[in-house]
Amino acid sequence: MADPILLTPTPAGLYCPAGDFYIDPVRATPRALITHGHADHARAGHGSVLATRQTLDIMALRYGENFCETRQIAKYGEGINVNGVEVTFHPAGHVLGSAQICVCDGKKRIVVSGDYKREQDPTCPPFEPIRCDIFISEATFALPVFRHPDSRREVGKLLSSLALFPERAHLLGAYSLGKAQRMMALVREAGWDKPIWIHGAVEKITDYYIREGVDLGEIRKVTAADRPKLAGEIVLCPPSAIQDLWSRKFPDPVAAFASGWMRVRARARQRGVELPLIVSDHADWDDLCATIRETQCSELWVTHGEADALAHWASTIGLRAKPLHLVGYGDEEEAASDEAAA
Amino acid sequence: MNRFAELLDRVAFEHSRNGKLRLMADFFRNTPDPDRGWALAAITGALTFRHAKPAIIRQLIAERTDPVLFAMSYDYVGDLSETVALLWPAPDAASVGHNRPPAPTLTEIIELLDETPKADMPVALGSLLDQLDETGRWALLKLITGGLRVGASARLAKTALASLGDLEPNAIEEVWPGLAPPYLDLFAWAEGRAPRPVTSDPAPFHAPMLAHAIEEADLAALDPKDFVAEWKWDGIRVQAVVGHDAEGQRVGRLYSRTGDDISAAFPDVMEALCADAFGDAAIDGELLVVRAGKVDSFGALQQRLNRKKVDVKLVAEYPAHVRAYDLLSEAGEDLRTLTFSERRARLENFIATRRPARFDLSARVAFQSWDDIARYRRDPASAGAGEEAPAIEGLMLKHADSIYTPGRPKGPWWKWKRDPFTVDAVLMYAQRGHGKRSSFYSDYTFGCWREGAQGDELVPVGKAYFGFTDAELKQLDKWVRDHTTNRFGPVREVEANRTIGLVLEIAFEGVQRSTRHKSGVAMRFPRVARIRWDKPSREADRLEALEALIGERKQMSG
Repeated sequence: MADPILLTPTPAGLYCPAGDFYIDPVRATPRALITHGHADHARAGHGSVLATRQTLDIMALRYGENFCETRQIAKYGEGINVNGVEVTFHPAGHVLGSAQICVCDGKKRIVVSGDYKREQDPTCPPFEPIRCDIFISEATFALPVFRHPDSRREVGKLLSSLALFPERAHLLGAYSLGKAQRMMALVREAGWDKPIWIHGAVEKITDYYIREGVDLGEIRKVTAADRPKLAGEIVLCPPSAIQDLWSRKFPDPVAAFASGWMRVRARARQRGVELPLIVSDHADWDDLCATIRETQCSELWVTHGEADALAHWASTIGLRAKPLHLVGYGDEEEAASDEAAA
Repeated sequence: MNRFAELLDRVAFEHSRNGKLRLMADFFRNTPDPDRGWALAAITGALTFRHAKPAIIRQLIAERTDPVLFAMSYDYVGDLSETVALLWPAPDAASVGHNRPPAPTLTEIIELLDETPKADMPVALGSLLDQLDETGRWALLKLITGGLRVGASARLAKTALASLGDLEPNAIEEVWPGLAPPYLDLFAWAEGRAPRPVTSDPAPFHAPMLAHAIEEADLAALDPKDFVAEWKWDGIRVQAVVGHDAEGQRVGRLYSRTGDDISAAFPDVMEALCADAFGDAAIDGELLVVRAGKVDSFGALQQRLNRKKVDVKLVAEYPAHVRAYDLLSEAGEDLRTLTFSERRARLENFIATRRPARFDLSARVAFQSWDDIARYRRDPASAGAGEEAPAIEGLMLKHADSIYTPGRPKGPWWKWKRDPFTVDAVLMYAQRGHGKRSSFYSDYTFGCWREGAQGDELVPVGKAYFGFTDAELKQLDKWVRDHTTNRFGPVREVEANRTIGLVLEIAFEGVQRSTRHKSGVAMRFPRVARIRWDKPSREADRLEALEALIGERKQMSG
């Protein structure tokens, strides 16, 4: 890499010296480009923020309108000049508003994936592979044991449990931004036409999805008085709520959890989950490998997750690969539980 | 196979017994023969595979994956079967598509594994794994590595089967030992389509009759003259059965209370059972360790329990013995419809005339009034139990006219256990429960005081589940949440020192020395008897109080 450095890992996050901006910085910076609204990527307190309209909306919903000093909307596919560096946002298929960020100085093209998935999702536009020299990928599920099954099959498990246990409330834990709304949409696709009940912590973002035109059918917020009456119903809540005092009043609740982590039984058991649904908003092993090939990159950097395994695999197909071990990502769940507590 | 695999997967995560039962019953109802019968065999542990072994699985996965990625994955997942099931590469795209045959059934898999010679096993197993989905592979690998461990006992599976029609689970237990997979006649019977299967087992298990616990107040309504009293011995309830098969060969078996065949673990008892002196009979009794003519403590018997291999030294050191309570059949005659008095006379005669080695009679305890019984219960030694008193855990009261009724009928048999030991201990850690109780801290580790380097310190002495009302559980849960000092996943450490701490009264059945516990002692059946909101933590008991109980009992049992 004799060329001037286009992007470099720093303790605050990936930094572009030429454009003087950070991507998804984990601490407050003067200028930040944000891939998506999850709390570990989108933090409050930056000077200026460049992100998709929906990501900016979500940040405002979560942190309040004053989450930064100035903001600028990035449209998918539209090049934006930031201090002489061209940046373009492309759909990442992770959650509503999520983007990959392509950074180009005229000679070299780097794509920062943010978090992404390849499986079809009725609640957000699909991932677009972008050709580049360096692909900077997430690696949350970068072990070959993670092969997500068809999400429709997983939703089928939930519906057959409801048929077998109509006297039990089915509490479905799902991260409040993205996964919860995707589960609602999937349940609708599978033909569930009763109201879907939601925990208060899921309400704000769900309302936003509906305003953005995502059809989720009838959604009702659970009140304390409703809880004992919800036998045979689906109740969406943040994962932490299942172990919370909140879950007590439901009739003999079944603890379901929709997450890619549910693939490994010990993890599901550890959390006391009774009905693990393997539905993830991250690419699984096969999709990570396929995506890396599609970008035709010659070099792979890995931001967070099982970076060593993915870098090892990349080296076996002749790519230069380096794990960055960036700190501070992958905590959406913790962020979500803070939210639930709030 | 995939449906069976889904059942196992779901049952493994289900916490409630009822939920597990419903899942299994639903599976049995909606799965055709013979698949459901093989599934029942798999869950009850009735299957073994000679040539499919874990070493083959390691070899197969090594041929198919990058060793670095395998090592990272195994490290992450922590379970070989599951790692391999997840890691197994999808077969080539060419073989997928719509020409792909349907996944093999459980029956096909079992037949294939049974028929395949050792040398061909890797190829056969590899091809099976190619045809199954992830859950199917996981279940198959669990099956052949010999441990489903899905939290469904054989008893639970039989109960689910019984619920298909209106059978009692015990009725299934009775015919079970004579049947073999895939149990077509058993399912037909359970569904009311065929008569009870004829068991050809010459030494069948008889579902045992159990007693209800009695309270002192219940006694007033009972007439002492109607009842016979015996000691309740502190061992394990067993059934020793001898018969002759069609070829005239003697068959002897020792069954646990739940109908498990435990003969192999007790060669000493089996030798006595298979001696000529012992005619065809079924004896209901208590398995004990008897040394120098005296019953030893439950701790001694424990040396012999739950062992896979028989240790010759242990057999010599802890000789097993059966104390007979009842005679269920003799020389092919079913005695269970006789009254207790009649059976007792037959039993006394049997023991007196045949004098079988390692068997003796559970003595009758003579009494006039319930006051006598109450006194004997407090002090068995005073009623003739002598040095064996420590091996007595109370009294049994049996109606003299009671016929032998499997299950736990209310009225004919009562048990009156001695009071448990108690100790006041301080709550140290609390863990969340499961299922309904997943939001409650309902599992407690508690400690007693001992002298440490910096003065008195608490040392954990046991762990117990919560055992009382929901209201108290709520209070206790709140206390835990309000006094948390540290969290480790589902476990919370709570304040426990000389000024702040919650005292729990722990009831338990005995204390043993233990090298595995930091305190050096292990309690038997500890449970929370009372919350001592009133008692200051510094006044909780000291470890020495527990240690004294070991000493005392040792001395008494000689």
